Parts: sequence; C-alpha cells; structure tokens
Amino acid sequence: MTAEQAVAPVTAETIEDALLSFLAERVKTSVTPDQDLFSSGLVSSMFAMQLVVHLEEAYDIAIIGPELKLDNFRTVQAMTGLVLRLHDASADASADASDAVGDV
Amino acid sequence: MGTDQADHRLAILGGGVMGTNITTLAISHGFPVVLVDVSEAVLARARETIAQKLRHAQLMGTLPPDRPRGGLVTSMSLDDVADATAVIEAVTERAETKAKVLAEVSAVVRPGTTLISNTSCIPIDEMATWVVRGADLVGVHFMNPSYLIKMVEVIRGSRTSETTMEAVTDLLTSLGRQALVVRDAPGFVINRLLHPLINSAAMLVDEGVASAEVVDGLLEGCLGHSTGPLRTADLIGLDNLVDSLNVLYERRGDESCRPCELLLGKVREGNLGRKTGRGFYDYGRVA
Repeated sequence: MTAEQAVAPVTAETIEDALLSFLAERVKTSVTPDQDLFSSGLVSSMFAMQLVVHLEEAYDIAIIGPELKLDNFRTVQAMTGLVLRLHDASADASADASDAVGDV
Repeated sequence: MGTDQADHRLAILGGGVMGTNITTLAISHGFPVVLVDVSEAVLARARETIAQKLRHAQLMGTLPPDRPRGGLVTSMSLDDVADATAVIEAVTERAETKAKVLAEVSAVVRPGTTLISNTSCIPIDEMATWVVRGADLVGVHFMNPSYLIKMVEVIRGSRTSETTMEAVTDLLTSLGRQALVVRDAPGFVINRLLHPLINSAAMLVDEGVASAEVVDGLLEGCLGHSTGPLRTADLIGLDNLVDSLNVLYERRGDESCRPCELLLGKVREGNLGRKTGRGFYDYGRVA
C-alpha cells in the first residue's frame, strides 16, 4: 500500500453508514442504529454469521474469543463499537510491529 | 460403551451440508468424530465449513459450557470407521448411493454398532434391506443447522431393535437433542409435510402469483413460520430438495411431490441455495 492510495478513514460514522447501507440492501428494509435486529425478526441466525464474516472482511479484523457473541451484533451501534475496538487494537499492534522493524 | 463422550468414536459419512452440521454438533459436545467422504476436495472444504459452523454455534450461544471439544479426523476410507461406536450416514439422498455406503459400512463395523441414517425421505425399512443387521439401523432426521435446532425426528423402522432405540436415545441426549419418535413412511412426518409445501411455493412463484419474498412473507407473517418455505429450501439445498421430492414422488405417486420446473431449472443452472450463494434469494456470497 502506498501513501497516495485513498483509504476511507475508519470512524464510528463511516462504519455506521456502511452498515446501514449493507443492511438496507440485504434485508430490504431501512433500520435505525439502535434497532434490535434480532428481536425485530429482521436478522435470522443464519444472517448473523454473514454479518460476522462481512465485518471481518470489510475491516480486516478477527472477531474471536469473547467478542464472538450475539450482543455485539444486536444493533448497528453495537457492531460499530465492536469494529472500532478491534480495528484500533489491530492498528496499535501494527504500529508496535513497525516500530520494532524500525529499531533493527 | 461408557457414558463419557470421549469414550465414543462417531463415524459421520458424507461431508456435505448435513455431514458438516452433524460433525459440528458432535465435536462441540465432546465427541471424537471420523468424517468420511469420497473426495479429498470435499473433506478440505468440510474442515473449513466445520470451523466456521463452530464459530456460528459460539455466536448463537449453543456451545455447551466447559466441555472439551472432540477431535476431528477426516478420511476417504470406510476402514477407518471399523471401531466406531455409532455411525451417522449423511450422504446424497439417492437410494443407490445410500445403499452402497450403508452395505459397506455395516460390513465393517462391529455387530451392535448403532447405524443412524439422516435420510430425508427414504423409508428405514427399505434401507434395512441394504445392511447386514437391520436391527441396528434407525433414522434420525437432524435439522439444519443441527447445532442450533434442538429437536430431531427419530424414525423407528419395523426391524429397529429396542437396544438400538435405547442407544440412539442415549446418544441424542448426550448431544443435547430432544427427540420425537415416529413410525416409518416415505418422508416420515416433517418432509412429508414440508417438501410438497416448498414445491407448491415454488410453483406459485413460477406461475407469477407472488414473488419468493411475498410467499415467504405471508407464511412468516400470517402463519408464524420462523423461516418461509423458499428460504428454507435455500437452506436445505435445492439439489437435495429435488432428490427428496423424487423419492417421495416415486414411492407415493403424489403429484404435489413431482419437482416443479422452477426448482429443476435452478438446479440445472447450479443455483442450489445458500451453499452456492444463490437460490430463490441472492446471498451475495457462499454462506
């Protein structure tokens, strides 16, 4: 990757907007950020796993261990928080790794 | 056979949708599994699918707490299941395929080993003629996804022994499943009802009476089905559905079970449902 490549910044706003568009396209209904997607019946147990895979691929994160639970996918807000947490943690790890290389 | 899951060795035959579902259920409940298929490519894909299904089970909170996961071995040889404590057959829903596999495996395992078929529609009494000991054979119709849906349909054939019924009941209890037992008939209870319903739903779409979304929306919204018939069809796999409808049609002559043109066309095009990413609905990716 080069500095010239335009990369959309990963912020709460961009994640939320992308998720709302993704859901509108896939469940054919517009949802609100705080809407419970499961209790409203919009999202099935099968689609829940597709959401996991979608977020992992879209943001290059791994949703594993205690983070892999339904409460993290219940609302767009919860998913946004999850992506930010994991993305920030992964960015910190990358920064540490590049520091280490720089010291050599 | 001990009551500890680790004392068991389950052989699961067939690495498709149901084979990987049942394997996920078994290893998540601590049972060691030998998964057999005729294709290394299918087994490689099955290992990935099972890993993803285990994540799905965790996501949905259905993994039993504090139970060590059972080991998974994959194999292309039925010789590797000789010491199995129970066999679960989940190969393609075609009589000639099941006959071959069941005959071979029943000759390899020890007498008294529970032989379970996850057949969708083929009568257990018919299958009992293919195995060495018909008394050891019982039908268990696991649902899809097997690791999420607790209820299973158990089919007792006329030759199924009481010992086999006790063994299968113990096994299903250890797997955290609830069983309802029915007598033998083509399609048993669930698919005798479900498959003609799905076929009729597809005919309605084909005739332009309503879209797939509307058909499913009506059964979900008005009749309280948690998943409409066409979404269910995509989950089952349209190739498997056509095979099962053929089994029902050949054995009962019920015209509502003759696979409709829309279903046959989708199968010809390779649009088999979720497993290929498209069926009555577009899933965007293979799911």
